[in-house]
Amino acid sequence: MKLDNSTTLEQEQEAVKPKFLQRVSVFFEDIYSVYRFILRFFKEAFLPPYEFKEFIRQCYEVGYRSFPLITLTGFITGIVFTKQSRPSLAEFGATSWLPSLVSIAIFRALAPLVTALIGAGKIGSSIGAELASMKVTEQIDAMEVSATKPFKYLVCMRVLATTVSIPILVMYTAFVAMLGAYLNVSQNEGTSISAFFQDAFEPISFLDINTSLIKSIVFGFTIGMVGCYQGFNSDKGTEGVGKSANSAVVLGMFLVFVEEIVIVQISGFFRV
Amino acid sequence: MEKEKAAIDRSKPVIEIKDLEKSFGDYDVLKGINLEVYQGENVVVLGRSGTGKSVLIKIISGLLTPDIGTVRVLGQDVNSLDTKELEQLRLRIGFSFQNSALYDSMTVRGNLEFPLVRNQRNLTREEINKQVESVLDAVGLLQTINQMPSELSGGQRKRIGIARTLILNPEIMLYDEPTAGLDPITCLEINHLINEVQQRYKTSSIIITHDLTCAKSTGDRVAMLLDGKFMRTGTFNEVFNTDDERVKTFYNYNFIQ
Repeated sequence: MKLDNSTTLEQEQEAVKPKFLQRVSVFFEDIYSVYRFILRFFKEAFLPPYEFKEFIRQCYEVGYRSFPLITLTGFITGIVFTKQSRPSLAEFGATSWLPSLVSIAIFRALAPLVTALIGAGKIGSSIGAELASMKVTEQIDAMEVSATKPFKYLVCMRVLATTVSIPILVMYTAFVAMLGAYLNVSQNEGTSISAFFQDAFEPISFLDINTSLIKSIVFGFTIGMVGCYQGFNSDKGTEGVGKSANSAVVLGMFLVFVEEIVIVQISGFFRV
Repeated sequence: MEKEKAAIDRSKPVIEIKDLEKSFGDYDVLKGINLEVYQGENVVVLGRSGTGKSVLIKIISGLLTPDIGTVRVLGQDVNSLDTKELEQLRLRIGFSFQNSALYDSMTVRGNLEFPLVRNQRNLTREEINKQVESVLDAVGLLQTINQMPSELSGGQRKRIGIARTLILNPEIMLYDEPTAGLDPITCLEINHLINEVQQRYKTSSIIITHDLTCAKSTGDRVAMLLDGKFMRTGTFNEVFNTDDERVKTFYNYNFIQ
């Protein structure tokens, strides 16, 4: 909006007000729409008829197809983290603590976070783009008019698949990251595999595994939900597909970090 | 090519639209639509692009809600139905989309089975196959059964889209631009298919188009949508027997006069 030179600050503020109010109202409308979307998921996901076949197909797409990428990133994360941690411990002659330091870092933070971030990028974007292009080409409307419950088939099954698959991927990431760490430690310190894993698992508590699992379930649900929401509510046109895929990744990653910090704080209360 | 006379029961309206209005933001699309479609009748809705023709059939199928007015389909007020009742009603309505809207991750068989197995859960594999093959045969594309939508031509996609709606034996068919983007020969085949569906499945239809050849050969009645209202309704000849410049332009462009 162009304002001439005689415009006072007050007038300027007055002019900006409606736009600001509009944005606030759109923000709250969006929140309400997300709330309704989540509520609809819980209403429809667990009631018959069940779409087992589609659920298994989505688990395959979301989970199984992510294994190669997860293997590579998990393995590299293990090696790099161990390599970068060594100099600090070596200063105190404490390189023997490497296995326990690495395992705590991997189980508590790295495995869930790395998997969720990769998931948000790979899985979130693919769900967002797929559903958005279905919306744009009226495939979702076609399901709706043939009374085939597209929300259950498209949204519920994808969200359930990510909620189940991400925890499995997180456990797998932790496993390959530990293998990477072992490779680095055994090369430099000559530690045997049994000694390495004995040292690595000693400081890991039931709470660590539990927190990690709960975290990964929350991450999985978030990634699926954000991808589906963005895709299902996409704008028309190819631009809408791009936007949906993009916001599924950006919003997914942002929420993963927010949830990470919230869960870490909460789990902190349970630690002695 | 004029249409053969169909068996229309004028005592039984299957779609009744009264004073229908719909706007998007500040843009008023429909400004008081009144229309009745009778059992066994094909009504063609003609109009320029962006005049709300597709909006009209989306309201009829419950995909959009009107701002004002009532839409009764098969005796039921579409907007007062709950989700379950609306689903039941939708089983009796077939919707053929402008771009066919085939599920591109499934084969032709998958596309046809999708609504069938979800709405008739007690069917055996044999019965499903039989019904799929029967509707594919009706649209003359049995050989495409294992092909993916991306491997089909535009005309084939339209036919499969129509077959997918026929598999649920609808009483009403809504066609959104059935001949858009097709070559003249395929257009004639689609027009023929629309008439065949009307005869064979005893359907009543609304056909949205701006293709006058399609309107003439498929419509028992034509309604011309201009400025958000039906400006003229009647047979094809009645609608175009006018001095209105806009209607004449419409006619002249299509028939190259």
